[in-house]
Amino acid sequence: MKILKLEKSDLDKWLAEWMKSSPVYAPVQSGFGSFYDWARLEQGRMPELLPGVPKSSIKTFLFPQPETLEEFSADPADPSAFILKAPKTAEQLTIIAGVRPCDARSVSLNALPYAKDPYYSNRLRNTALVGFTCETQCSTCFCTRTGGLPTGTEGLDIAITRMDNTFLAEILTQKGELLAEAGRTGTDAGGDALSRLEQSRKNSGSPVSSADDPAPILREKDLMALYQAPFWQEIAEPCLNCGACTFLCPTCYCFDIQDEVIRDRGRRIRYWDSCMFPLFTLHASGHNPRGLKLQRVRNRFMHKLKYFPERFGPISCVGCGRCIRECPVNIDIREVYTDLLAI
Amino acid sequence: MSDTNSTITLEIRARAGELLASGEVKAFLGFAEGSIPMATRPFIARTPEQAEKLVWNSFCVINPAGFLPEVLKSVEPSRGPKDPPPEGPLPRVGVVATGCWSRNMVVQMKENQVSRDRLVILGIGSRGMVSNKKVQAMVGGRDITAIEEGEHSLTVHCDGEKTEIHRWDVIRDNCRTCTHPDPVIFDYQIGDSAGERHIEDRYVQVDKIEAMSAAQRWQWFQNEISKCIRCYACRNACPLCYCPTCFVDDSRPQWVGKSTDPVDTSIFHILRAYHCAGRCTDCGACESVCPMGIRLRILTKKLEKDVLEMYGSEAGLDLEAPLPLATYTMNDPQQFIIKG
Ligand code: SF4
Ligand code: SF4
Ligand code: SF4
Ligand code: SF4
Ligand code: SF4
Repeated sequence: MKILKLEKSDLDKWLAEWMKSSPVYAPVQSGFGSFYDWARLEQGRMPELLPGVPKSSIKTFLFPQPETLEEFSADPADPSAFILKAPKTAEQLTIIAGVRPCDARSVSLNALPYAKDPYYSNRLRNTALVGFTCETQCSTCFCTRTGGLPTGTEGLDIAITRMDNTFLAEILTQKGELLAEAGRTGTDAGGDALSRLEQSRKNSGSPVSSADDPAPILREKDLMALYQAPFWQEIAEPCLNCGACTFLCPTCYCFDIQDEVIRDRGRRIRYWDSCMFPLFTLHASGHNPRGLKLQRVRNRFMHKLKYFPERFGPISCVGCGRCIRECPVNIDIREVYTDLLAI
Repeated sequence: MSDTNSTITLEIRARAGELLASGEVKAFLGFAEGSIPMATRPFIARTPEQAEKLVWNSFCVINPAGFLPEVLKSVEPSRGPKDPPPEGPLPRVGVVATGCWSRNMVVQMKENQVSRDRLVILGIGSRGMVSNKKVQAMVGGRDITAIEEGEHSLTVHCDGEKTEIHRWDVIRDNCRTCTHPDPVIFDYQIGDSAGERHIEDRYVQVDKIEAMSAAQRWQWFQNEISKCIRCYACRNACPLCYCPTCFVDDSRPQWVGKSTDPVDTSIFHILRAYHCAGRCTDCGACESVCPMGIRLRILTKKLEKDVLEMYGSEAGLDLEAPLPLATYTMNDPQQFIIKG
């Protein structure tokens, strides 16, 4: 792995160079930091990083809301009416910069259930993630309790870490190499860069190992014991069954599909759905297997913390804390972890 | 905790504890401490011991009225869909209520969603609730690690620094222009009365937008809702929204598209607001819960203003007054049907 040393001006140059050929997105602030979210960068509009993660989830880029899967003509006079055609998509690289390690991990985690999903795979192939490792863990951050780290690099193509007043960029993938080349600046950080990087991380007091990844423990737990645990009623009681937690969560990936027709053009879209909505499981017969709030709340947590790890290994939560920050009734997944682990 | 808040907290705990212990209520709906700064959690105490968890502070922004139908149902003896209702009175539920929340309960009573004799209301004169989004903006979006409430100020801790904020500078927009902070119905009063308030610029947010041209207004609206993720937290937090199937969820027929296309999002917001006309008490829950910071209660505030001007009516002030938009009289003005 190559490590480059960059000044602040080199970073600006990288972004400016990338913007010439690709759309580049990064977190920016508005309203004096009160609204911190992704935006497309333009020459002159640079990332404005705050500690922690932007408002909305990074999944928006890989799992857009909505995504057009097919297009069709709805004109009865058209001989090819209602025949589905794949929409024309350009193979273009999208660069997402200022990605926090938890968000980067979520992209890899979602790739597990979506391994055979052509839409997700295509976007993943055409997306480069340039990360910024964290110096601060916010009060809602808990990556270290989910198998991640504030300095983690999983899922990233380039990981940038600030060291004093310069930056070290770890070039992690082939895509990352291409980007570093396209940036046309930066010097080799020298053979000892990696050890210096590790040393500075140790000194910064930031955790260096994810000591309590609950996945192995949760995988071993008896499913029915967790399912029938006594605490679900109390957890679920205040829930509004809205979509704030699941829509902002980077690792929630459920969708529904619908055909939309406007005049003589139609498209088949997939759009985000949420297990918190009663409609999510409503059958055509009128029966609803998850008709109760308790069942829906339990499903959200059981999916992330039990069904997903059983099927794929890791838990489906990266500890970004968005759901904790934005839940109107303060349902805190960290408390649910603790409860489940105590069973 | 400020003196006012701790007095109210202790009074709520004591009263709720007594009500639960005596069996006068089977459940008590209030708020508990949240796990992060500026958060509270709607909380249902079912034993006198649990009542000790109840708290009162400036971050009780969820309208408890919204939970009442569900909590009332939860204390009823269970029965099948075809079984007759049990003999005798059904168990009661205790609840805290400020001015707007009590008015929402009045609306619920008039719309047959809850019945007065099943509620024991602890009325609290509201000093206004704080907007966590405004506090966030005061500290430049930095991570807030703790917050302490004084009588008229908030001390915000972030990055190891303390920032002192005047409480009224971060009060929610609806609370700032509230004219009825005292509950209109209650069984026990908690704390002091807040008194009637005379607000000169009650509709200032609406007036500003009314002064715009139609094109500018549309632009304002589109810009405001552009961040909407259609999570429906606003709808679900609102005590007026109790339709078994909301028009946005209906699929046969489907009234509105499901994704975040601006046309669909616009329809959702316009219809949601209109469904609240003449019923909305400006409790601000919808706006407080919105994760994207959309100021959607400006829409319902406009309707509140219209209903006041056209019908001389304010929602939920009077249990006997007719519902303005569900009542017909022969001498209703009809300009909108018969154009003169
Ligand atoms: S959860 Fe961890 S990786 Fe994510 S922003 Fe916080 S410290 Fe960084
Ligand atoms: S947990 Fe919170 S954010 Fe999620 S559905 Fe319930 S109320 Fe909404
Ligand atoms: S469940 Fe919550 S903390 Fe975990 S990844 Fe999703 S939003 Fe982040
Ligand atoms: S529309 Fe909003 S302000 Fe009005 S009653 Fe509903 S939640 Fe309260
Ligand atoms: S709560 Fe906010 S983001 Fe969610 S649907 Fe309502 S306006 Fe849109």
